[in-house]
Amino acid sequence: MRIVTANTSNLRRKWMSGLMLAFCGLAAAICVLILAVILGYILVHGISFINLDFITQASRPVGEAGGGMRDEIFGTLILSALGTVLALPIGLMAGVFLAEFAGPKAAAVVRFLADVLAGVPSIVVGVFAYAILVRPMHSYSALSAGVALAIIMIPIVARTAEEALRLVPSSMREAALALGVTRWRAVVGVIIPGAMTGIVTGVMLAFARIAGETAPLIFTALGSAFGVQGLFKPIGALPLQIYRYALSPYADWQQQAWAGAFLLIVLVLGINIVVRWVSSRKFR
Amino acid sequence: MVETAALFSIWDVIKYDAKCAELRDNLLSNNVVGSKKEGAGRYGDRIFSNLTLIFSLLMVAILAALVIVLYLDALPAINKFGFSFFTSTDWDPVKEIFGALPAIYGTLLSAAISLIIAVPISLGAAVFLSELSPAWLSRPGSFLIELLAAIPSVIIGLWGLFVLVPFVRNPVESWLGANLGFLPLFQGPPFGVGFLSAGVILAIMIIPIITAVSRDAIRAVPDSQREAMLALGATRWEVISRAVLPYCRSGLIGATILGLGRALGETMAVTMVIGNSYALTASLFSPGVTIASKVASEFSEASGDVFIGSLVALALVLLVITLVVNIIARLLVWRMTEMRPT
Repeated sequence: MRIVTANTSNLRRKWMSGLMLAFCGLAAAICVLILAVILGYILVHGISFINLDFITQASRPVGEAGGGMRDEIFGTLILSALGTVLALPIGLMAGVFLAEFAGPKAAAVVRFLADVLAGVPSIVVGVFAYAILVRPMHSYSALSAGVALAIIMIPIVARTAEEALRLVPSSMREAALALGVTRWRAVVGVIIPGAMTGIVTGVMLAFARIAGETAPLIFTALGSAFGVQGLFKPIGALPLQIYRYALSPYADWQQQAWAGAFLLIVLVLGINIVVRWVSSRKFR
Repeated sequence: MVETAALFSIWDVIKYDAKCAELRDNLLSNNVVGSKKEGAGRYGDRIFSNLTLIFSLLMVAILAALVIVLYLDALPAINKFGFSFFTSTDWDPVKEIFGALPAIYGTLLSAAISLIIAVPISLGAAVFLSELSPAWLSRPGSFLIELLAAIPSVIIGLWGLFVLVPFVRNPVESWLGANLGFLPLFQGPPFGVGFLSAGVILAIMIIPIITAVSRDAIRAVPDSQREAMLALGATRWEVISRAVLPYCRSGLIGATILGLGRALGETMAVTMVIGNSYALTASLFSPGVTIASKVASEFSEASGDVFIGSLVALALVLLVITLVVNIIARLLVWRMTEMRPT
């Protein structure tokens, strides 16, 4: 009798185990399914509205058919490049500090605060950029949007640069120092080049991230019906235009939003896939 | 002074091999060694290391500046409303009376819905990726989840607005209303846009981060824990549920709170599906508002110090909430990963 109960409870344990493991597999499948559904829908639905006009024409006012997002595509590239240019020196130097110069306590504090900064909602960063740039200068501007994007990018660059620098074998560091060069020459001449793949990977991923950011642009870049007019004037951006057009009541604008989403997702995921593929081959 | 340092360093070289490299680095950077030969290099080193320090401090200063600038810009609203800003449900730009309660409520409610949906799925997927899946499946699986994280918020919002919202309206909300309509949560007409859609969209957006962080936490559990449990005759699930998951508990909680931080501050996708109605309601079907969506949809049209100040005050509330949440999460995750033998 005792043996029988032991057997049934063992059976129940096995069933329970199988059930829960199946749930875990199912959960993973759900994640992949969500990705497939979203990606598939946007790619299939979006590509049907893509045409040459969409890339080569400027946007048109309501009621006029046609038009495209040429200026917004251009604007997104400008803003992302501006954000990268502003963020790169700060992020990279902070990464060098964390990996090479900071004592353990200072590194822990700075790293922690960098992670906290990375967790600040992008909309709050937008409000900040508005307060320090748009308001004093009395104008929405590409510059303020670039600064907002840079603030989002800095902690990402700093942390990925730090990790890439730490992966450089200390034998290289020691070899450089043994040749009699100073420490900063060793960092600039040997260690940073040694970590270049990792740093570029991090910067490209961060670039892809800010290229798709929308919330901080709403009240910094604002959007522009007159194309790109320089750093101190409002500027359009692809994600911003997708947002505006998606919420508009006009069918052809909504279609353009889908086309824009297609383009943006190809840009962002393209960078992600290529960069991860190249870096995983390099490190293998 | 130099002599005692040298004495200690000899001790350390003998005693700790690892300490050796660090000390040598310190000696080199202070240029105790070879300081007479390379006077110029010493200044170069000092300038360069101070430069990196300055840029790091600049990064930290941004965080401090965020809080200070937002506080200063919110002052007109803080002075006018004081604490009643948190308890009032009004949002009246004409009379310039503003209260944050519906936005705070909506932010917390949509984040709570998203956690309820996302946590089981994320933990299941993390267990699968780290414990169950064969090696050839684990890497592409992780890669796909990272891709999900990389999709811009506005695109998920677009998909949510045109695909998810109609689906949530019918069949999801009409089914819930018909079968669970006795609960206040599921009463009212099915709009589609509202808290439920926002919660689902947020769940989709935080699943990748919770999955990735908990996967790393589970991987940090030493094999001896699993082997000991297996040796006691446990099934695979018992190994996971009684040895692995309890061991990395703080990492899992940290991952969940990181996801919460994302959900609280997520803007675009939520703005597009939540319906933007400034009201307190118990029903998940009704349109609502979050702090982020309120700021996103009104900031560029706001005028007047009090109106703008109120929106900035909302942003400040959001900043403080997410700072607290993120600090707790990072501390928990770090405690977990520090235990990992490196």
